Amino acid sequence: MATGELNPNHYQAQRAAKVVQHYLNTRYGSPYRLLGLHRVHSGNAEDVEDSGRKYQLEISVQEIISNTTEKCSAEVLFPRGGQQRSPQVQASCEEHLKINTTAQEEALYQQYKMNQSLLSAQNLPDSYGHIDPDMKPFWHLCIVASSFIMLNESSENTLYNMAQVANITQLATENDQLKFDCHVLLHEMVSQEIIHWKLLFTWSPPEGVKVQQMEQLPHCHHCEKPPNTN
Amino acid sequence: MLFSVGLSLVVLLSVVGAATVERVEYDYYKYHPMPEITDWMVQAVKNYPEVVTIMEYGQTYEKRTISLLKIGVNTGEKKKAIWMDCGIHAREWISPAFCQYFVREILQAYKTDPKMQAMMTNMDFYVTPVLNIDGYIHSWKDNTTRLWRKNRSPGPLNCTCYGTDLNRNFNANWGTLGVSLECCNNTFCGIKPVSEPEAQAVTYFVGNRREDFLCFLTIHSYGQLLLVPFGNPNFTASNYDELMKVGKGAADAIRSVHGKDYTVGTSPDVLYAFSGSSRDWARMQGIPLTYTFELRDDGTFGFELPQDQIQPTCEEAYSGALHIITYAHDKTFSGATATTAATLWSMLLALGVTGTTLM
Repeated sequence: MATGELNPNHYQAQRAAKVVQHYLNTRYGSPYRLLGLHRVHSGNAEDVEDSGRKYQLEISVQEIISNTTEKCSAEVLFPRGGQQRSPQVQASCEEHLKINTTAQEEALYQQYKMNQSLLSAQNLPDSYGHIDPDMKPFWHLCIVASSFIMLNESSENTLYNMAQVANITQLATENDQLKFDCHVLLHEMVSQEIIHWKLLFTWSPPEGVKVQQMEQLPHCHHCEKPPNTN
Repeated sequence: MLFSVGLSLVVLLSVVGAATVERVEYDYYKYHPMPEITDWMVQAVKNYPEVVTIMEYGQTYEKRTISLLKIGVNTGEKKKAIWMDCGIHAREWISPAFCQYFVREILQAYKTDPKMQAMMTNMDFYVTPVLNIDGYIHSWKDNTTRLWRKNRSPGPLNCTCYGTDLNRNFNANWGTLGVSLECCNNTFCGIKPVSEPEAQAVTYFVGNRREDFLCFLTIHSYGQLLLVPFGNPNFTASNYDELMKVGKGAADAIRSVHGKDYTVGTSPDVLYAFSGSSRDWARMQGIPLTYTFELRDDGTFGFELPQDQIQPTCEEAYSGALHIITYAHDKTFSGATATTAATLWSMLLALGVTGTTLM
């Protein structure tokens, strides 16, 4: 295992940085704010006795919608063995990711809070990479919600991205939170597997995304049609 | 005399005009299903019969013919060659799109660029637009099959799943690293090396001509990487420095097009370790410049790259591929040979062999 200064382009730093991306999305992601890893500037890894391996990283993240980039410093601790599997992340970014999305978020929130017919959409993006502009904020929301899973599931041996939203269904608003059921397909790069997860989450501008339930779905490889998910 | 020249010019222009108006332009910036790609290959031969031929070199599990386009000036002599394959993994749709774009670009360049004319005289390009045809067709079937990766051979006994990962099936330290022995998994390497007919096709074709090949490029997505051999961190290619230098040159060329960063390195360094890749096999055959291209993007859309990114992705990847190919060519062919090529080209022009139609 590489220890000490890391090559920022090599997989160790890149995988740890991707974990930071997922963490930042759980904290700051919204229908109009989505963060992607832009570059790793430097990285350092060390063994922490009895705890695991700690990475220190200087990275740049890009807000995908506004195309702005900013620098962040982060620490990722991958725990060693035991019960707890999820990495622990601390990160601070220069501008504190201050991209003003308040007006858009409020408008979306009001629109869908009052909506008589509940939203339902499939295959975001579709096979051709297309997403209806009206559906993009919900694609973003599912990515943010998926980030909770991807963060939880990450280790030094994984690299997660959300490949597709198979289905998103809006449920009745609960405690002033919009509520959604999302079936997502995650791509894990090292194994090259597609992993299905079902998420129940809420969102509002003040509260952000909160995941209520997450469940990995078994995927039937040899089935011609997938099992019905509601 | 001026009058007859003017008349010839008018006749020539109207012939060219008629040809352009007749032909329906192929849309290189949309994803095409397999039948359209096959038709496109046939059309390429029709449009450029003096430099393009189709070669059938194998069969998929489901008995579909695997073909490539051989592109180059027929000099009647044994020629050096460039290999490019696309679509070894079904879901990586940008890959076949790139092979088609690449063919279009080199054929266009051939008409006007002396450098490409020389390269096509000195070398043949062997381009396979879709290697894993069965898998590619399966990924077009419906929404649930879009993310299929492997081929479509049935699993071994007691296995209900289909498919072997073709890029783990080649005879290059097969089955040792970064593979799964579980037939349902996406990196299942098969029951033995080169068990898969698609891998066999490449192995026999390239293997029988291995001294001819200067360059072996295999095109994948996603990740924005240029990967050099080997997939095992304990093995270093004898020309690692050269591979890295040329790779970095290619990455610089890529960046200059649309500003995208492609990382250059061995798979174990920048991605993950794995055995049985076509690239490693090709390098072990002695082909000096072997690269795996991982095209756009970085994970935002992943395999489902929007069609409006096909053009910029292909433009940058072409720049990168051309850098490697040009290096391979220039290293092999001295200035004297380049002059010979230019002379031959002039001869062909005089004989009126060049095509004037657009693809």
